[in-house]
Order: sequence, then structure tokens, then C-alpha cells
Amino acid sequence: MKQLLRLALCSLSLLGFLPPALAQAATPRIEQYKLGNGMTVIVKPDRRAPTAVHMVWLRVGAMDEVDGVSGVAHVLEHMLFKGTAELKAGEFSRRVAALGGRENAFTMRDATGYFQQIPAGKLEDVMKLESDRFANNRWPDEEFKRELEVVKEERRLRTEDQPRALLWEALNATVYQASPYRRPIVGWMSDLEAMTAQDARDFYRQWYVPANATVVVAGDVEPQQVLRLAEKYYGRIPARPVPQRKPRDEPEQAGVRRIEFKAPAEQAYVALAFKVPQLTSFEPGPANDDALALTVLAAVLDGYSGARLDRALTQGSDRVADSVGAGNGLWGRGPQLFTLDGVPAKGKTPEQVEAALRAEVAKVARDGVNEAELTRVKTQWIAGEVYKLDSVMNQARELGGFWVQGLPLDAGERLIQRLRGVTAEQVKSVAARYFGDDQLTVGILRPQPVDPNRKPRTPPPGMRH
Amino acid sequence: MLAMNKNMKMALRAICATLLLGGAQAMAAIPIQHWTQPSGAKVYLVESPSIPMVDVQMDFDAGSRRDPADKAGLAGVTAGMTSKGITAARTPGSGQYDSALDENQLGEAWADLGAAFSASAGSDRMSFSLRSLNYPDLLAKAVQLGARQLADPAFPDNIWQRERQRLSASIREANTKPATIAGKAYAAAVYGSHPYGYETTEVTLARIAVQDMQRAYRQQVEPCRAKISIVGAVTRAQADAMVTTLLSRLPAAATGQCEPLAPVAEVQALSASLVREIPFASAQAHVLMGQPGYKRSDPDHFALLVGNYTLGGGGFVSRLTEEVREKRGLSYSVYSYFAPGLHAGSFTIGLQTRPDQTAQAVQVSRDVLARFVAEGPTPQELKAAKDYMIGGFPLLIDSNRKLLDNVANIAWHNLPLDYLDTWTRQVERVTTADIKAAFARKLQPQRMVTVTVGAVAARQQ
Repeated sequence: MKQLLRLALCSLSLLGFLPPALAQAATPRIEQYKLGNGMTVIVKPDRRAPTAVHMVWLRVGAMDEVDGVSGVAHVLEHMLFKGTAELKAGEFSRRVAALGGRENAFTMRDATGYFQQIPAGKLEDVMKLESDRFANNRWPDEEFKRELEVVKEERRLRTEDQPRALLWEALNATVYQASPYRRPIVGWMSDLEAMTAQDARDFYRQWYVPANATVVVAGDVEPQQVLRLAEKYYGRIPARPVPQRKPRDEPEQAGVRRIEFKAPAEQAYVALAFKVPQLTSFEPGPANDDALALTVLAAVLDGYSGARLDRALTQGSDRVADSVGAGNGLWGRGPQLFTLDGVPAKGKTPEQVEAALRAEVAKVARDGVNEAELTRVKTQWIAGEVYKLDSVMNQARELGGFWVQGLPLDAGERLIQRLRGVTAEQVKSVAARYFGDDQLTVGILRPQPVDPNRKPRTPPPGMRH
Repeated sequence: MLAMNKNMKMALRAICATLLLGGAQAMAAIPIQHWTQPSGAKVYLVESPSIPMVDVQMDFDAGSRRDPADKAGLAGVTAGMTSKGITAARTPGSGQYDSALDENQLGEAWADLGAAFSASAGSDRMSFSLRSLNYPDLLAKAVQLGARQLADPAFPDNIWQRERQRLSASIREANTKPATIAGKAYAAAVYGSHPYGYETTEVTLARIAVQDMQRAYRQQVEPCRAKISIVGAVTRAQADAMVTTLLSRLPAAATGQCEPLAPVAEVQALSASLVREIPFASAQAHVLMGQPGYKRSDPDHFALLVGNYTLGGGGFVSRLTEEVREKRGLSYSVYSYFAPGLHAGSFTIGLQTRPDQTAQAVQVSRDVLARFVAEGPTPQELKAAKDYMIGGFPLLIDSNRKLLDNVANIAWHNLPLDYLDTWTRQVERVTTADIKAAFARKLQPQRMVTVTVGAVAARQQ
């Protein structure tokens, strides 16, 4: 297998020029430790500049919420900026800024993360601050009420006034039935309206435990020194059990689902979501192998300018679409999708785009892909492994992401290795097996004229004063 | 959309205005090598050997400020069309004949090299970017292909007609969104007839022919006007050879001569305040307020940069964020920024809020601004700003990509080569009195534009 791989790729011009320096550059030493309380510490030195990134990742996100309190993981993330036993609201951000640091936080389905980018000499200061709010976050109810209004504004900005975001929200709620992926990360508006300070405190108390978290530090740092600081600040947080997680497995879909969504817009839009297997490790096996082949398929369809979907749908005098896309989820804590989407060209319908997208996959299933395409997408990934070294932030983010999924620290390299092994035959085979009707959900946005007299979608809540 | 951030990045311009700073204190000097080629091209190089890659940015005075009024959008679509195919040509100095490549062949060629080449136009500059691994054979091929794409874009009319239709459709789509409507009304009010305020519409696009692109391109994209910034694992000799090749196919590469371009008028100050309230049915109202700001060459630059951090540039800790978001929960995002360019880019405050709260949010923002302009920052605020900016300076230059942005900024604005080395000193030197005086000179809170879209759902008939 390995020998075959090499043969297949020897035509790849890039590989002919890989100097030893690259192997070295691509595999800097990464250390991983486990503290006594169960917290993980990951350190990746990169000494190009006197800066560092410090991140805390929690293996808890929107998917760990239950009905009625959707959005609480994200609201809690906002509340982590609102004080501790020692710090007043906003003081955390003021102190990070005084250190010259940039900071933010993010909530995903699978995880929640907090980070600071700092001059390397300020690492201890931010570890002290971050460990404090990890263990001692507290704030008055009044702060919660105000911040909840900010989160509602965030939902209005990102979702309520964005027709395609609304379509995706509705589509996810249809694709998934048992899986918590069916709920939006930001939460349903009615759940936000009803959320209490106690909901956020309960979620914090339940999930923010050392064994459910990892600290990632990348940049101009010494691993042993980082470990000492981690033991000093994070190591003193008492161990508590990680709550049991219910599987909430998605039952097998047995038949196509379709939804329509009307919103004020000019252009229609169509999205197709196929349920597909996902990668859980780098071991060979049917699901892992197919997940990788599906990622190669997505790249062959839409991985570069002039790839198959663009050529077939957005070019020529009778083009069907103004824009198209393809993507494969590959991995995640919940069930993954292969998606195709597109914006119809003037005079074309979403149904025509849908048919044309599926026809391109069918063409791969029938005729396969050629070696030049396969080599091209692999070349891009290999080059990308070098380019990604330019950003310490991205490296830290990648390592945290691997940990959330239970993948090894060298998952980046192993992924590229495994992708390089995917054959044209495998790509053809997954195109033939996963794109029938039964696992498909289709969402269509039907544009409506902007009606100057329409009622707002969300009626303004009662007076706040 | 898989992730929600605590705070969204603000407008691109805000980011540029914040990041494109200059100088260092704790850092060792950043050696920028600079020379001028016989073609007239000015080269700026920072050698960064630790990753086997190189980034190149080539800037020309061909941004949208040179668009004809009736053909607004010309620079942007011209840049976009450079990736839509290249003509056949002979390699200079050799008999080699390179056949034409259509848009797909060109895309494949770049992907096959594991490299990327792109073009875009801002208000001032048309920029071409090349990223490649530095392995000799690959890099040589990438530079040759880049040279062809820079010199010989085909500008095929059938592709332009397709692109025009796509752009027109996306303009119509954007016009259904309150943010777009607010942005257009705001630019028109702040800039008046200046090109910084031109609006690209279906009508202006329909007036643009590929001949317009070719004409503007030939006139403006010439070696003698090029500012070329390079950061990566190449030596000075390699960089010089790369630049020579990249520009070798452009006309007048040999002579170093080209005609000066016509001057562009300056942005006019506002004569009176203006309030535009545009009815729209949306979940949020969008608010933009401001006025023409200052030119990048203005000596008040550092005072305004440092002052704006306190007013509305400093993430979670600015006065605007404190008053609008933290104390009142009125908006997810609220910010202020200056956008200095070759002309006086705007000073802008922006926010979005539930429609019934618009008047309150506008009033709070106006009060914050008026007070800041009248009083300047407190000594504590100035110290916080300096701690942040000086302490965080290394974060502005800790990757090749960020360094390239800074070097290109130095090149474009003719800043001194030690600009990054003296930057923290320039910040340190700013006083509260400097900020107060600079804001008083530049901003007239009683004479600003205020645009709101969606504060009222519809006009009562």
C-alpha cells in the first residue's frame, strides 16, 4: 500500500523537491501532559517571534445542551468575561489588554474555547487569569440580564436578518432528529428569552471540570516551564467527575426530506445534505476509509478554481448557477454530512441546480476521477501543511480541535498521509454509494420581495425599562 | 456557521486601520532591505528563512479612486478578470512560446504548483499576491506563471459578460440587506462626489467594456509604478531575480519610464450635519455615523490611532463598548475607526441594535463621541492604550503574513524603513493633549452624517 502510494505520487512535482528541512519544519516537537486533576496540557514551541497563544478548550458545546436551554453554552461563554470571586465584570479583558494581549472566545457544537495572543513573557499572567475564571466565574444576575440582550442582538445580526443562515438553521433541524446537532449554536430565540442566570450557572458547574478541558500553548515557550505554570495555576483546581453523556444517536434516515424556507431575498439558494460516515481514527476500516475518500471527492468537485462544479454549473452560455460549493464534514462528535449547495443563475430554478449538482456526483460515480485531479488536490494539501506553519494561532487551534475529537497530536500529518493514500477507485466508489435519496435532506430558500410593510419576524420583546 | 465569537471582527477597514501600524521597542530591529530596479520598480524585502515559503505583494496606483464616475467598479472587476485567462506570448529573451490558458487551465496550473496568485483592488491600490513554496524549481515556475498573469490577462468578453451578470445578481441580493443599504447611504453622504464614495451598480457595470479594463490596466500597471514587498525564505539576490521576472513581461519594463498619472481630487469636508433615516423591515437597525477623517500622511496619525483605541477601537475595553454594550446591552458590536488612505478616508462609528432601541443607541454613541472630542482620554486611559499597543506590538509582526502587510504599508505610504523599529516610540510620545488637539482638528461631532436603516419598519402613509 505504501509502495503504491509513492508510485502514484512520483509524478507530483512538489514531492520531488521536498527538502529535509521541510520534514523538520513540519514536525516540531509537541508535548502533551496530564495534570493530577485530569486536565490535559499541550505545548507546541515555535520560536520565530517572541509571542505565544494560550487557549483553553472544553469538550462541551451546543451539542451538550438539552431542549429548552439551547444557546446556554454560548451565553455562558459570554458570562466568563463577567467576573470571578476576585475580578469585577470586564476586568479580565482590561487586564489582558494591559498586557498587550488580544483575546476572544468561541462556542461550537462540539467545544468551547477561550484564547489570548500575548507577548511570550506574559504567559504566566494570562494562565493565572484564565485558571481563575475557569474555577471561580461568578457574576450578579443583573450582569446576566444585560449580556443576554447582547446575545440576542448577536442572534439578530447573524441569523434573523440572514436568509441563508435561517435556511441552514431550519435545514439542520430537519436533517437531525435525535442528535443535538439539530439545535442552533446561538439558541432558539424563545429559549434565549426564557433563559435564567441559574441555567448558565448550572451548565458551568456541570461541565467546567478539569478532566473535560485542555490547555494549549504554542509559540516562544519552553514546554517544561509551561508544565510548571500549568501545575501551579490549573493543577490546583479540584478534580470533579465529567458528567455522563447520553449518546443521542441519530436514527438512520430512510427517505428523502425536503424543506422550503421563504425569506426576503433576491436570489434563491439550495443546499443538499447527505448523511455520510465519519473518521474516528486513522486506522484502516470501512468508515474511516470512506470518510477520507469523501473529503477527496469534495476537493475534486470544489477544491480549486476551475474544479468540476464550477466548470459544469457556473460557466457557459446556459449556466445553471452563479455559485456552487461542496464540503465533507470528515469528523466531529456528532454525525457528519456531505453538503452541496448553489445559487441559481438568473432564470434558473433551485431544482435545476439541485439536479446539476447531483449529476456531477453521478458522473464521478460512473466515470471516476482522473489522476491529474487526484494529484492536484493532494499537492494543495501538502503545500498547505507548510503554509499553516506561518500562523501560531492556527496551529494552537488545530491542536485543540484534535483533542476535542480524541485524535492524536500528529493528526494533521496523519490526515495528509491518509489522504495521499486515497485512490481514484475509492473516490468513484463513495460517489456511487452515498448519494442516493434515502440519506438526503434538501433545503430550498424561496426569495420573497422585501415588503416594506411586513411585520418583523421576531416581534420586539416587552419593554425593558 | 459553526462557531460563535464573543465579538465579531469589525469592518475590514477597521482591521486595516488598527493593524497597519509601524515600529518596535522591545523587538530587535526588523531589517527591511530596499532597492529600486532599473525598471523603476521599488522592492522591499524581509528575509524570513525559517519556513520554506515566500509571500510577494505587488501594489500599483490602480485602485478604485481612479474609476471613472460613470464606470464605478472598474478597478475591482479589472483585478477580478486577471484570473480569467491569459493570452499566448513569447518568453522575453528566449524563443519559448507559451500557449494561452483559459480560466480553468490557469486555476489548475496554480493548484498543480501548490501556489496561489490573486488580485484585488482597494480604494487606493490594485494588489497582486503570490504565495509559493521556495523550492527552486517550483518557485521558478510560480514566478513565471505570475509574470504571465500580471502582464497578459486575456480579458475575454464572454467571461466578462458572465461575471457582470453574476456581480449584478449579487448586488441585487446585497441590496435586500440593511447593512448594505446603510453602507451605501453612508458612503454617499460622507464622500459626496469623491471616488471613495462611488457605488458600483448594475448600471455602472453595464457601461464597462473589456476595452476599458485593458486601457486602465496598460496605463496603470507598469513596472515603474510597482511597489513590491517580499517576506519569506529568499535571499536578496533571489528576490531581485524574482521581481525582475515577475515584471519582465509588462510594457516599459526595460526603460523605467512612465508618464505620471493624473492627480485625484481630495475628499471635501462636510458643510453641515446630515441625518438619514431609511425605513426597512429587519430584526435590527443598522447605524453608521461619521465624517471624512484624515490622510495617512497626516502628522496627527499616531495621536488619532492611540486616541481611537480608547474611543472605540479597543475591542472589549473601549468607551463605546463600555457604554453601548457592557452597560446597556444595546448592541453585539459597536466600534469606531479611522480609514486613512491617500485621501481622507472616513471616521466611522458603527453598531446594530433592535429597532426600538435605535434612538437610545445613537444618543449614547453621540454623547460618548462628543465628550471624547471635548475632553480627550484620561491619563489612565492613555496609559491603558499605550500598554496595549506597545506591549502587544510583537503580535503585529509575528507571522510572515502580518509582516508582509506591514512592509507593504511602509512601501505604499513611503514611510521610513525603520518605521517598525520606531513605532512603539511614536506611540509612547503621544500625550493626552496631543489626542485632544488632534481629535478637535479632525472631528466635528456637530457636523456629522448619521445613517440609520430599519429604525422604523415602514413610513406611515
